[in-house]
Amino acid sequence: MSKKDLPRKPLTKKRLKNLILNVVKNPFNMIVLVSLIVLFCLIVIPLLTMIKSTFTMAQSELRRNPGATIGQFTLYYWKYMIASNMSKAVLWEPLLNSLFCGAMTTLISVPLGSVLAWLMIRTDIPGKKVLGLLVTIPYMIPSWTKALAWLAVFRNSTSGANGFLAGMGIPIPDWLAYGPIAIVLCMSMHYYAFSYIQVSGALRSINSELEEMGEIQGANKAQILRHITLPLIMPSVLSALVMTVSKSIGTYGVAANLGNRIGYYTLATKMRVFIDQGPRGVGYAMSIVLVGMAALILMGNQRIIGVRKSYATVGGKGGRSTLMPLGKAKKPMMLFLFVFLFLAMVMPFFVLIMETFQITTGAGYGLDNLTLYNWIGTPDKAVKYTNYPGIFRHDEFWSAMWNTVRLSLIASIITAFCGQFLGYISSRGRGKWYGNLTEQLVFVPYLMSGVAFSTMYFSMFSRPHLGGLIPSLYGTFTLIILTSVVKHFPFASRSGTANMLSISVELEEAADIAGASFWKRMSSIIIPLAKNGFISGFMLVFISIAKELDLIIIMMTPTTRTLSFLAFTYSQEGYNQMSDAISVVVLFYILLCYIAANKIGGADISKSW
Amino acid sequence: MSRIELKHIDKFYGSNHVLRDINLTIEDGDFMTLLGPSGCGKTTTLRVVSGLEKPQNGIMTIDGVEMINADDAYYAEPSKRGLNLVFQSYALWPHMTVYDNIAFGLKIQKMDKAEIDRRVMDSLRMMRIDMYKDRYPTELSGGQQQRVAIARAVASSPKLLLLDEPLSNLDAKLRIDMRAELQRLHKELGTTIIYVTHDQTEALTMSTKIALFKAGELNQVATPMELYNNPIDLEAADFIGNPRINLIPGKAEMKNGQLVVKSELGAHTFGAEFLTDEEKPASGEFDCVLACRPEQITISREPVEGALPVTVYANQPAGSETIVTLKAGEEEFLVKELGQVHYDLDQKVWAIIDQNKINVYNKETTRLIKRAV
Repeated sequence: MSKKDLPRKPLTKKRLKNLILNVVKNPFNMIVLVSLIVLFCLIVIPLLTMIKSTFTMAQSELRRNPGATIGQFTLYYWKYMIASNMSKAVLWEPLLNSLFCGAMTTLISVPLGSVLAWLMIRTDIPGKKVLGLLVTIPYMIPSWTKALAWLAVFRNSTSGANGFLAGMGIPIPDWLAYGPIAIVLCMSMHYYAFSYIQVSGALRSINSELEEMGEIQGANKAQILRHITLPLIMPSVLSALVMTVSKSIGTYGVAANLGNRIGYYTLATKMRVFIDQGPRGVGYAMSIVLVGMAALILMGNQRIIGVRKSYATVGGKGGRSTLMPLGKAKKPMMLFLFVFLFLAMVMPFFVLIMETFQITTGAGYGLDNLTLYNWIGTPDKAVKYTNYPGIFRHDEFWSAMWNTVRLSLIASIITAFCGQFLGYISSRGRGKWYGNLTEQLVFVPYLMSGVAFSTMYFSMFSRPHLGGLIPSLYGTFTLIILTSVVKHFPFASRSGTANMLSISVELEEAADIAGASFWKRMSSIIIPLAKNGFISGFMLVFISIAKELDLIIIMMTPTTRTLSFLAFTYSQEGYNQMSDAISVVVLFYILLCYIAANKIGGADISKSW
Repeated sequence: MSRIELKHIDKFYGSNHVLRDINLTIEDGDFMTLLGPSGCGKTTTLRVVSGLEKPQNGIMTIDGVEMINADDAYYAEPSKRGLNLVFQSYALWPHMTVYDNIAFGLKIQKMDKAEIDRRVMDSLRMMRIDMYKDRYPTELSGGQQQRVAIARAVASSPKLLLLDEPLSNLDAKLRIDMRAELQRLHKELGTTIIYVTHDQTEALTMSTKIALFKAGELNQVATPMELYNNPIDLEAADFIGNPRINLIPGKAEMKNGQLVVKSELGAHTFGAEFLTDEEKPASGEFDCVLACRPEQITISREPVEGALPVTVYANQPAGSETIVTLKAGEEEFLVKELGQVHYDLDQKVWAIIDQNKINVYNKETTRLIKRAV
């Protein structure tokens, strides 16, 4: 007998009353209802609004479309993008560039990250503790800072001021200093961290007894690696791969810093041109293309990995792992690590930091070329003509600093709170419709690159809705906070879900039986137990928001600028040293926060992306 | 102290029918064990009784008061049912001390402080863990945590105590100690207890009644000894008892209201007074299965009138008992003898089988057609 064969119960008055009471009397149901409505408003409606606006004639395009009326249905934007004489420059070339950069970045960063992970987790390479920390540091550094560091080393006269190498008299061609190679290398130096974090997590969870069993069966090291270890970590490698592709395709900061000056555009950078200069509808349409691509990639991933998504490698029992001796390979491997760390971290950041003390970039580190002007100078003391005082004497800097602190603090508190909350709903609703729906809705922002996501919010909130009930948030700090909060939902609710799953449902049921109401259960069981997870989740969101540039760049107005945006603007304007100085400040801010998070909340960078 | 009645309970998880028309009455003061292999619905039944699960069909009353009426979509809240539950995982709140864990429910009932203190200390003393009252659960061993979980459940003096496989996480020695402990608890409190386990020894040793589950249905409800002596079908017979019951195929026929059975154990005739009303062919020969507990068979080294001549196939002395495998024709069966006995392999001996102790099952329906006395 299946459920459908049960005789339908007559709907008596009493039954109806109880049915309604059962739903209404349970606060959990109300909370789920409210959350679903809020998620719907914050995620589904903006997406639909943006899609709609690509089909709606806007005032600014009237002059190019004589006879059209505002608000009329139109295919103008899509035609402009896909099938006009402009479309090669608007869509196809940037799309190709995006795909190329994404693919190349993935090709470099996934093997790099995986090999690093294997070295650090599975082999007896010395100095693991220090190396392990050093290897994860690049991830904490905003990707746009890496672009600035790249410029500090490779900049040539095309953009006015020489970089480190050009200053030493080494001719640097444009194709190396700017454009695809620079973008791919910078992004690889950032996104390898995804693979490193994912794969090292998987490697750590593999019980070495699985490998030892292979050894007992007579397999040699290569066979064990190929037939046991690799298949077990494959799901993690694949998911890192997907993350890298979808993230790198939509990255803005790196591509803009390194591509714009020679007219090399990716989808994300071209999109911003349209959002800024119009027609906006085309920009929105491009962001839909970006979202669509991310969705396709993820769907492909699900199809490939499917049910095999996670092997239950954590048996709860075996945490013992024996390390593989590297033997003769130890020295070359160490060398590889040091070269990597030197090229990816030490040198660029040394150059970056030194540049902030230079009068003329690329002119060496002689005393006559060193100054503290970029930090604390006043315009009358400037050696070269400049409008700006040193950053610490500049109001713009302090306002941006304040905005950064304010934004990262407020947004991350809200995000972390919502994340625990959403995590509670998805963990307690596992397998039920509302749990799945919550999980899916929360996942949508993940599909969108930062620029595409903020474009969506920008389009949604640039005018009032519901007759003024939702005011126009254009140019407000509130909009930036809202965008940052919702964009970080997937990550925050992931950590929230993990946190809530670690609190057994039975603990709540025991309280239920003891007579504790829903709110009492929340306050005396769930919140005390979730506290630690909350703090670490909060810290990780905090760091991620502090380094954010892509997400908020199109919303910036002079009063809402953050440090990352200021650094970006300075760099575009040619104030390289000050731009570098600001990124050094951001770097220190993030590192300090991370150390604090690590010490206070036990936050672990390996749980974040 | 309470009487629980479950009527026509159906529970679905999605399209999965996990409880099928459960009808069960638990009398006041019973120690009722829900027994069965994993996934048969016993824990779900317990959770339905506790109020943590809502069945789609059926009625439940406690002391005549309706707690579940699926037709009216009425489900009383767990805390309104006057019961308490010990989880398999113990579900001790890790951020509270032992004392606070036990006091939590009492505080919610807004008892005054002195009363709470008295009750907490009483239940701690009863479980003999009063010295650990200021510790956190993680600082206790499994057995101690177990005691805290029980102390927490009994502190509110529930009329009904539910226990979900409470001993499954303990080692063998502790389990035997706790069985005695639980038996005493039942006697001292006089509370009705519903106890879920897949361990037949626990069920047989502690319960006053056992409800045997089979794939979401109630298979048999009986006293432990009745369940042991007369399992209602072949599956129940096979599930209960260690070493397992001997099952020997045979042919049966009804003659003059009597059951005539032929098998490798010889020919038997059973009077009508031993027969159940289970379905069986009224005439003609049909396949049957004879079942006999290993300890109901004795071995004689000398020929005995009416005994079955057999050979010894294997001999497993285990100190306190000896398991002997005998062979009659093509059929093998086990005999359990107390103490240390030795037989040579292939030795010829005689098996004495009391025919009153034999169960007969209809092979087609697998149901019991002849009871043991």
